[in-house]
Amino acid sequence: MSDRLPGFSTLAVHAGAQPDPTTGARATPIYQTTSFVFNDADHAASLFGLQAFGNIYTRIGNPTNAVLEERVAALEGGTAALAVASGHAAQVVVLQQLLQPGDEFIAARKLYGGSINQFTHAFKSFGWNVVWADPDDIASFERAVTPRTKAIFIESIANPAGSITDIEAISTVARKAGVPLIVDNTLASPYLIRPIDHGADIVVHSLTKFLGGHGNSLGGIIVDAGTFDWSTGGKYPMLSEPRPEYHGIRLQETFGNFAFAIACRVLGLRDLGPALSPFNAFMILTGIETLPLRMQKHCDNAKAVAEFLAGHPAVASVSYAGLASDKYNQLARKYAPKGAGAVFTFSLKGGYDAGVNLVSKLQLFSHLANVGDTRSLVIHPASTTHSQLDDAAKVKSGAGPDVVRLSIGIEDKEDLIADLEQALSA
Amino acid sequence: MNHDAYPDNYIRGILNSVKSIAMVGASPQNVRPSYFAFKYLAQRGYDMIPVNPGHVGKDLLGKPFVASLSDIGRPIDMIDIFRNSSHIMPVVEEALTLDPLPKVIWMQLGARDDAAAMKAESVGIKVVMNRCPKIEYGRLSSEISWMGVNSRTLSSKRAPAPTQGMRLSLNRMSVGGGDTAASDRAAKNKAEQS
Ligand SMILES: Cc1ncc(COP(=O)(O)O)c(C=O)c1O
Repeated sequence: MSDRLPGFSTLAVHAGAQPDPTTGARATPIYQTTSFVFNDADHAASLFGLQAFGNIYTRIGNPTNAVLEERVAALEGGTAALAVASGHAAQVVVLQQLLQPGDEFIAARKLYGGSINQFTHAFKSFGWNVVWADPDDIASFERAVTPRTKAIFIESIANPAGSITDIEAISTVARKAGVPLIVDNTLASPYLIRPIDHGADIVVHSLTKFLGGHGNSLGGIIVDAGTFDWSTGGKYPMLSEPRPEYHGIRLQETFGNFAFAIACRVLGLRDLGPALSPFNAFMILTGIETLPLRMQKHCDNAKAVAEFLAGHPAVASVSYAGLASDKYNQLARKYAPKGAGAVFTFSLKGGYDAGVNLVSKLQLFSHLANVGDTRSLVIHPASTTHSQLDDAAKVKSGAGPDVVRLSIGIEDKEDLIADLEQALSA
Repeated sequence: MNHDAYPDNYIRGILNSVKSIAMVGASPQNVRPSYFAFKYLAQRGYDMIPVNPGHVGKDLLGKPFVASLSDIGRPIDMIDIFRNSSHIMPVVEEALTLDPLPKVIWMQLGARDDAAAMKAESVGIKVVMNRCPKIEYGRLSSEISWMGVNSRTLSSKRAPAPTQGMRLSLNRMSVGGGDTAASDRAAKNKAEQS
């Protein structure tokens, strides 16, 4: 029983899972049940009072989901995790623990379009005010800090253009401001970047993308780094103050360095309700077992495709941090040395019409609104994922009208290049 | 002992060997962390003794409160201190007057007193600070995994189905040991600042 740190691939297969104690089943069973019997009244009371470890009801926790939670926590180097129904649900649950109405959070302007919408509209109606900052200008984060700032939110590799964020620099701003840094690590996955190693206090994922990896299941997860001290100054009452929902328990005092994950479960998931189906958890877990293999192939293919596009006469520019000439290449070498991810954009000399034409001519690439599938995907963000932004905001978030986004799959790269070649010349 | 990061085998050795635990600062209030830990450890088979001068004459889950360590009147393996860092030293000093000495002094999550730890270690007592024995037991047995917590252990063995009152095996393969690197670093920075 030596304390030896297993490698990432070993954790991807084993962390959180052990043979089922009842049946010996080696694959993680799908505990497709809403509820779990109590041993007796005292056991029930202990579970409801958070005094005992165990299962009550699948909206609060489920054994299949728990395996997924421990696995992702292990891969990210966090103390605990909470799986929820989608990436968007993860974002709501995280911010509900941190913000009261009237509070602010700072978010990088380069984000998935859906997150920009969520922050701008849905969260505004909760009284959570987003303040935008430019991830290419670290000082803009510092300038955005006010006494009401409760968190900073960034993407490690930003959707759609695959730009790389300087996590360490922004974590320094967060530490100085005394607020946690939340990193959406969806496009990198922990195989490429582990934000906690660079100063993140909370990591969120849309499991729908590379972690699940097969385009078949929605899911989201929140990872607690165990690094933030929630007790100071009463700034985070969900964690530091006695909770009336639980007869006066103080979560940080009781659960220490995984209190945030517990708060998300017992104050967020329990009361807001976006529970992940155990079936989806099973599908995503199966996907994670091959994450290191898939992710490397995604990146290798993406680099080959980006290089091909960069040399094509119909292409105006390629934005892929893995290219030596790219603006983000230095950051990519630092944060994602194994590969710069597989989601990136390029623009066509023929503008909007050429983009629409390309999408319609492609045979292998699927035209749809997702990323991180085994299959290669294509979309025109300006008319879809980012369509609700105005033109200036589209350009600022890297989704101008001439821009096409690719999510490169794990097919043979020669076939992907051939498909792009025929579609560009058609 | 490096009190910034404990190897799992150190914690495992303690939890596998101690039988009796005196909990200083045990609370009868069922939302206090000490109550949680007391109840859990009793259910996992430890011989628990609640120590709290404010509650003498009452009992905690059937175990009578005693006022102080010296009132226990029999050898105890471990003292688990549920007091703030500033109240640790007198408890450790009292523990050092016991005969036989306890084998382990454990300070609860959030509590740390390096001078008190040194004193205890100088007479051969093992010390754990800023940890919870319930959390560590749950982690090393992986029972805490039900809560989505990273147990930092792996096992390909089929464990018996856990039931109430059963001791669980703590002998799974450890992943790195101690806490996660990031949370250890944060705790150390905090200790240095205060
Ligand atoms: C970076 C990023 N974050 C969050 C989300 C939202 O995830 P979900 O669709 O699972 O709610 C997405 C989805 O596209 C995404 O790309």
